[in-house]
Amino acid sequence: VTPLLLSSAGGGLVWVVWFGAAIACVASGIAVISFSNPFYSALALIGNLASLAVLYLLLSAEFVAAAQVLVYAGAVMVMFDAPWAGGPSVNRVAAVTAAVAILVEVLVAIGLEADGKLSHSASISGSFGSPAEIGRLFLTDQLLAFEITSVVLLIAAVGGVVLGSQARRYEREAGESGTVPPGEESPTEIPAALR
Amino acid sequence: VKGPDVTWYLAIAGFMFATGALGVLLRRSPLIVLLSLELMLNACNLALIAFSRLHGDGGGQIFALSVMAVAASEVVVGLGLIVAMARRNLQLDVDKLTRLRG
Repeated sequence: VTPLLLSSAGGGLVWVVWFGAAIACVASGIAVISFSNPFYSALALIGNLASLAVLYLLLSAEFVAAAQVLVYAGAVMVMFDAPWAGGPSVNRVAAVTAAVAILVEVLVAIGLEADGKLSHSASISGSFGSPAEIGRLFLTDQLLAFEITSVVLLIAAVGGVVLGSQARRYEREAGESGTVPPGEESPTEIPAALR
Repeated sequence: VKGPDVTWYLAIAGFMFATGALGVLLRRSPLIVLLSLELMLNACNLALIAFSRLHGDGGGQIFALSVMAVAASEVVVGLGLIVAMARRNLQLDVDKLTRLRG
């Protein structure tokens, strides 16, 4: 839908949309790591994911954009009520230096090494990035990636269940023995959705 | 469609990756470390999709979807660990969790 919409409007609108999405992307990314409350960080990450989805649409990756919103909005929403604690940070200088080094390295790699090769995108068919094309690739050329993904998801689901049930068993044992230290008898802090 | 080059998308991806790395290195709440990891994975996804568009090859999008599945798995396990830590009344501070230090 979007490429059709944009191709009729010309390149100027693409730049405007790109600029808005890019600004939102960078700003919400900085917001994620600068809020002290993880709740706000999670909200900022959702903004980041939404603006990324716009960039994906501009790159004709419609299916990935839809999956991005569905998967990540769902996954991140779960994180909202999780218990958390903040704290002052140490080694700020080293951390900032390392992050700036990564940034400079990437930008230099983009700017110096590959600039000439990046300005001519391949011409693509209209079905590029559509659900049908993604499905065809998943079941033909990229079947191994598809199978590996399913195994990874299965392992993660089993791991999540095991971790959750162990935590619950610990809680039950602590409750039965009657030796719950003050502060441990507050299961109300853990939201029902995470139990 | 005339629009920004792949270079511009890669610049955004690089900036996001550096931001996420900064968060992982700087923040001590495991939840925010997890969120910063998501930021880094998403930067990689953006680069993958930009290159996929550059070469007109859908394989990059497939691998972006695989990265998404890995990121979702990582959230499941990481969040499970954080909830388990919170239930045992451990401090949610990655610098104070030193029992496994070698």
